[in-house]
Amino acid sequence: MTDIPTDRLTHLERLEAESIHILREVVAEAERPVMLYSVGKDSAVMLHLAKKAFYPAPPTFPLLHVDTTWKFRAMYDLRDKAARDAGMELLVHHNPDAMARGINPFDHGSLHTDLWKTEGLKQALDHYGFDAAFGGARRDEEKSRAKERVFSFRSANHRWDPKAQRPELWHLYNARKAKGESIRVFPLSNWTELDIWQYILRERIEIVPLYFAAPRPTVERDGMLLMVDDDRFRLMPGEVPVDRSIRFRTLGCYPLTGAVESEAATLSEVIQEMLLTTTSERQGRAIDRDAGSASMEKKKQEGYF
Amino acid sequence: MATVPAYTPDALIAADIDAYLAQHQTKSLLRFITCGSVDDGKSTLIGRLLYDSKMIFEDQLAALENDSKRVGTQGQEIDFALLVDGLAAEREQGITIDVAYRFFATEKRKFIVADTPGHEQYTRNMVTGASTADLAVILIDARKGVLTQTRRHSYLAHLIGIRHIVLAVNKMDLVDYDQAIFDRIVTDYAAFAESIGIAGFTAIPLSGFKGDNIAAASANTPWYGGPALIEHLETVTLDSEAAVVRPFRLPVQWVNRPDLDFRGFAGLIASGTIRPGDAVRVLPSGKTSRVARIVTMDGDLEQAVAGQSVTLTLTDEIDCSRGDVIAAADAPPQVADQFRATIVWMDGEPLLPGRAYWLKTGAGTVSATVQPPRHAIDVNTLAELSVKTLSLNDIGIADVFTDRGIAFEPYADNRDLGGFILIDKITNATVAAGMIDYCLRRSQNVHWQSIDITREAHATQKNQNPRVLWFTGLSGSGKSTIANLVEKKLHALGKHSFLLDGDNVRHGLNRDLGFTDADRVENVRRVGEVAKLMADAGLIVLTAFISPFRAERDLARSMLPAGEFVEVFVDTPLSVAEARDVKGLYAKARSGTLANFTGIDSPYEPPIAPEIHVDTTRETPEAAAERIVEHVLGIWAPVL
Repeated sequence: MTDIPTDRLTHLERLEAESIHILREVVAEAERPVMLYSVGKDSAVMLHLAKKAFYPAPPTFPLLHVDTTWKFRAMYDLRDKAARDAGMELLVHHNPDAMARGINPFDHGSLHTDLWKTEGLKQALDHYGFDAAFGGARRDEEKSRAKERVFSFRSANHRWDPKAQRPELWHLYNARKAKGESIRVFPLSNWTELDIWQYILRERIEIVPLYFAAPRPTVERDGMLLMVDDDRFRLMPGEVPVDRSIRFRTLGCYPLTGAVESEAATLSEVIQEMLLTTTSERQGRAIDRDAGSASMEKKKQEGYF
Repeated sequence: MATVPAYTPDALIAADIDAYLAQHQTKSLLRFITCGSVDDGKSTLIGRLLYDSKMIFEDQLAALENDSKRVGTQGQEIDFALLVDGLAAEREQGITIDVAYRFFATEKRKFIVADTPGHEQYTRNMVTGASTADLAVILIDARKGVLTQTRRHSYLAHLIGIRHIVLAVNKMDLVDYDQAIFDRIVTDYAAFAESIGIAGFTAIPLSGFKGDNIAAASANTPWYGGPALIEHLETVTLDSEAAVVRPFRLPVQWVNRPDLDFRGFAGLIASGTIRPGDAVRVLPSGKTSRVARIVTMDGDLEQAVAGQSVTLTLTDEIDCSRGDVIAAADAPPQVADQFRATIVWMDGEPLLPGRAYWLKTGAGTVSATVQPPRHAIDVNTLAELSVKTLSLNDIGIADVFTDRGIAFEPYADNRDLGGFILIDKITNATVAAGMIDYCLRRSQNVHWQSIDITREAHATQKNQNPRVLWFTGLSGSGKSTIANLVEKKLHALGKHSFLLDGDNVRHGLNRDLGFTDADRVENVRRVGEVAKLMADAGLIVLTAFISPFRAERDLARSMLPAGEFVEVFVDTPLSVAEARDVKGLYAKARSGTLANFTGIDSPYEPPIAPEIHVDTTRETPEAAAERIVEHVLGIWAPVL
């Protein structure tokens, strides 16, 4: 027997209970759920919560990684290990069209994200016939996310209509839908970045080592510090990779993800740095800068997660 | 441009991060809602709360300054509203169109703010945002005082069961921080609040724009001795903590069966406390057991409380599935299928009384119909309106009938077991939110008592399979005669039977019923229930009633396990029955001294596919009875 919880639950205990409730509700109501697993810290927390929700059974749904082939190598390593440890099936989808056309972050800019991720996700969901997909998005990340429901309904062609969202009351989630329609479910909706870090600390959740500072080969480009993760990285004339002590606040395709110079090598040091820093988390991501302030809302309407 | 200080983190973060984290691991969580109209400065207040609790980063602040110059409504000052007006459509229209959730934290608490619009057409959004809130901040523009919308927001907050109301008298800077204005607004509001049953509220004079009485007491209001807004939010009692001391309730969400040895019941504890060894009752079946373990991935718990998601195992193998409620054995919730409820309609398609909707509550989903509303409530005047239906954003009181009993508690006692949503069966839209006020008298206080001697045991002891032979036909068709012969034959064969005769039952059980259509329906319903109880006791039941309506015969059929209901159509043409007129009733009906007589001035709906069809013009009662016995014995499966 472990510690007895006091009558008064902490905010992390409440968030955990709410997320577990959401995970169970989907499994009880959906025909074919799947967990979108991006290998980031939010995915790690979501996977951990899924293991807790169905313990002692393993989660009854597979993990789906919509891959771009351009993630950090360390992400692929942890992805495979995490699925194995959880006893879950891991599905990896590569958009064959993007593959055939050689879409990459160096030549194709925002088309890279659109084809590999947005289109790739739709393809994978259609291919496997998933009717409910868990995602690790949080409402505190971005303005249009703040208005999205926990159970976010998508039309048969994956579109999100912010004006036609179902009201969501109490702990009652309406998971009913017609054939072909699907729902995206966000169990971490009410978590903040600090909550995520505190929970990783409390639960000792394994995350990609790239979140911790270490000397890594880098180049500086367009004001971003990029890591040279493999030999596909195209160096500009005059560019020479330099070892810097860096870490990442978010993880995506390595040529698009900016690092921060840091000495924070432990979890509490990372949290300390996060709390002392003065810029928000998504700042290192190119995707939000695309089309001004309505960028994410537009992407979501088109089916981006 | 006002100079806004940049983010200044807590000194402890740099000095001792582990101490800081330890301090922040034990925060509690408060959910609240802000209500006000576009002009009350609601978004500005929330922006200010985020800013004052250091949730705004440098890049966001830079973007904010940028946006404030471009589209802001505050001239050269920073427009905090832009922090929270999220969607592109809203920016263009300058309004908030949906519920948005914001997060901030202080050293004591994490806060989740539901930001909802004040427009009348968005009642549904406010109800949605309020459904999970412990507290409501009602914003008032100090220049305008208590308005219609103030009353509307307060009524809705109260309706949804929010016990902590903060009256935020905003824009005090624009009335020179005048105490008299504040006091007059508070007096006005107090009178209104009392009239709708709000027990108490906390009034705070503030300015979201200037920051007065938000994070700390303002020097501009020396006459105000109460708490600043954040201080009040940090100290108010949480509803979730109050739920811990109520009786234990766990709506079962998921039955976890990884293998034959483990059967766990998973769910979010709605109220109370549970420990291994505690006696529990499963509703609606009423079966009792004890908690064996509280299973978690981190090891078994010695105790779990309201608000935790847990998995319980029980000491007995009893039926318990999704939608059932595991409750304290000595204080179980009621089970009922008819309720008086307050309903908030949330769909463009109006309520259709009598149509079947899905009703979802706790973890269970049942089919339900809503009766015509008793009345609707005008949210502005609180007047009761006479209505035939409910449309988008209408609030009404109506009776709800479910197709089977559900465990519930009045909403005022338990939001999780008293709140429900209605879902359209075709469009799958969430069309309404409902709150159970109480269950109707007829189904109140009836618990299903779990019985150890099952119906199978009764039947086995009698060495027979229970049946209900349902004789239907016109008056004088020969139902009673044939049923009587059948029962004599069964008796002679050593079978245990009972004959329920229409005339006899009307002398006792159904003495209060007449012959209107409604009374005929009730007559048959009662007979069906009695027949079912007798079949449960293992008997072969014979009923001889006209039972003219197909729907009621089908209802009786649906009460019994498949195959146990045997419909016997005693088919005698009206002319023949009338010619026989054994009891002289047809003559009376024809002469007009007996009204509502089946076949004369009340319809008879013949069975479409009866198990047995007896044509009395071709078959004698004796032969028919013999055939019925053979038929019934022939299709009897051997007793287990």
